[in-house]
Amino acid sequence: MKKNFTFNHNPLLSERLPVWRARFVLIALLVGSMALVGRAMYLQGVNKEFLQAQGESRYARTLTLSATRGRILDRHGETLAMSTPMKGIAAIPDAAQLTPGQTAQLAQALDMDVREVNRKLASDKDFVFIKREVPPDVAARVAALKLPGIRSEDEYRRYYPVGDVTSHVVGFTNVDDRGQEGVELAFNGNLAGKAGSRRVIKDRRGAIVEDVESIKRPQDGDDITLAIDSKIQYLAYSALKETVEKSQAKAGGVVVLDVKTGEVLALVNNPTYNPNNRGRLSGAQLRNRVLTDQYEPGSTMKPFVAAMALESGRFRPETMVDTQNGAMTIDGATIHDSHRIGLVTLSQVIQKSSNIGVAKIALTFPPKHMWELYDGLGFGQPLKLGFPGEVGGRLRPYNTWRPIEQATMAYGHGVSVTLMQMAHAYLALARDGELLPLSLTKLDAAPLHGQQVFSPEVARQVRTMLESVVAPGGTAPEAHVPGYRVAGKTGTALKLEGGRYAKKYIGSFIGFAPVSDPRLIVAVMIDEPTKGSYYGGSVAGPTFAQIMGGSLRALGVRPDAPIVPVQVARQSVTTKPGDAM
Amino acid sequence: MTRISIALLALTIFSALGVVNIQYQSRKLVTAIEREQARGRALDVEWGQLQLESGTWAAHARVEKIARDRLGMVTPDKNALVALDPVVSQ
Repeated sequence: MKKNFTFNHNPLLSERLPVWRARFVLIALLVGSMALVGRAMYLQGVNKEFLQAQGESRYARTLTLSATRGRILDRHGETLAMSTPMKGIAAIPDAAQLTPGQTAQLAQALDMDVREVNRKLASDKDFVFIKREVPPDVAARVAALKLPGIRSEDEYRRYYPVGDVTSHVVGFTNVDDRGQEGVELAFNGNLAGKAGSRRVIKDRRGAIVEDVESIKRPQDGDDITLAIDSKIQYLAYSALKETVEKSQAKAGGVVVLDVKTGEVLALVNNPTYNPNNRGRLSGAQLRNRVLTDQYEPGSTMKPFVAAMALESGRFRPETMVDTQNGAMTIDGATIHDSHRIGLVTLSQVIQKSSNIGVAKIALTFPPKHMWELYDGLGFGQPLKLGFPGEVGGRLRPYNTWRPIEQATMAYGHGVSVTLMQMAHAYLALARDGELLPLSLTKLDAAPLHGQQVFSPEVARQVRTMLESVVAPGGTAPEAHVPGYRVAGKTGTALKLEGGRYAKKYIGSFIGFAPVSDPRLIVAVMIDEPTKGSYYGGSVAGPTFAQIMGGSLRALGVRPDAPIVPVQVARQSVTTKPGDAM
Repeated sequence: MTRISIALLALTIFSALGVVNIQYQSRKLVTAIEREQARGRALDVEWGQLQLESGTWAAHARVEKIARDRLGMVTPDKNALVALDPVVSQ
């Protein structure tokens, strides 16, 4: 029974079918699979990259995570510069085939001229910016127009809330958020952030649904906290501006230093500029005279020669010096004093600012000795604050000095410095002979120790001399600050122009207060005052007093001089001139 | 044998459904965190702008102008100043 039903005896198979049916099926299968293989080869081989890119773009994408540039703050945390996100509206000209109506819409949204938009769209570049630094809400309106080939790029705009008050310290960035001047350039490496990236999968509506790879987080730039005190900075700014306008000077500069730490509390130049709106900038506006311009300091150099003399032990404050009859000839060149004062003490040489007196003292020292003094005070080499364009001034090697040159150098001619260097050197006098390095950024603690240039005793003696400069009978009673004991020195220097002295002046005043325990150094320089007096005491003295008084009050420094009796003392002096010395 | 297979099959199906569910949940959470992060960034931007605004309003130049022009304030004359000694004297 069973044997009749083996597979060999399938009744279907025993039926003979026409051969073509089997062949037809076989060929159909072959052709079908050939077509599939061919199509697969076409997609995999020929068109692979295009398709892959298309697929990925609908699915996974890499996003750039932009980093924010760090802020610049003053010592109390007030913002001096900060970045806020903006959009750059850009076009891919090949893809941006706009109808005239669409172009008009775009131009209107961006508040631009239609012709200008057309001109930019006609560019043969692959990518053009139509307008940069567009506020985000305007960019959103442009995006709502849904124009082909128009896109918006993330970017930042830098704002400077206090504008021209701090422009020479802070500087500015360019449209690509890169530092161009000032602290923005000097600390660009710290301020600039590092952009990150992440690869994500987006759904049909464009929302992120998954991170494909680990995120490379953007690193925001560091904030920089400057030593600048914006209150003092503003005081200095407005006082300098007023003086430059009143005396119709060409320019001016002010530096305020903290005697305790060597921090730069204020740095102002005039003329200045608004960093938020740099449409038309001239070189004169951009110039940071305090750091990048050297000048011959004039009489503000004298206290250092006096200190050198006292340090040698050969001079005492009451040592008599003969200033002759107001003129002295060395090597055929004659130097003059503005007033004839005859036989006076070393203290009076400084108080009355006698060129002859200080030249005579200087000539009793070998040139090398004086060169070492100036070099030790930092003249002739940059301060290395890290500020762009900083210069070191000019101090010639001592073996080339002729006696007349040594004499003029004693009263600040034939040697060039920056105002910052002068203010720095005065630190040695204000700080019992110790010279600290300066700092543009806020310090957590004062530097432990500086370089001892003078002995404390000598510094104290020079301070007493400098206090007499501001007292009645000195060259700068205008620099007097009510309530505080002030010390300082005037400078009235002729300007060098093309190697010759022109009849143009730089009036300056550098001083510190309160004398009982110096806290601030204020250095004021007025370049080419044309109206009124050009003497340092009259032109820079009142500015100094205004800044010093305001700053000491702002810092809450205790007055070390009685306020009202100062008035009384002044009156008694005018009645009895003999007491003035 | 068959019973084990059926149990494993049921487990596999259960686990597969679990994966689908978790994937869905995770995508929902990613979207949510994405939205919150965007909000955080927007708030950050706003904070920066407010800081700028406060800086502009509080600029010393503006404060001084208002004090002088609108409020008629002046720096007191030095004769009108009285310095108080914090230390008890005499």
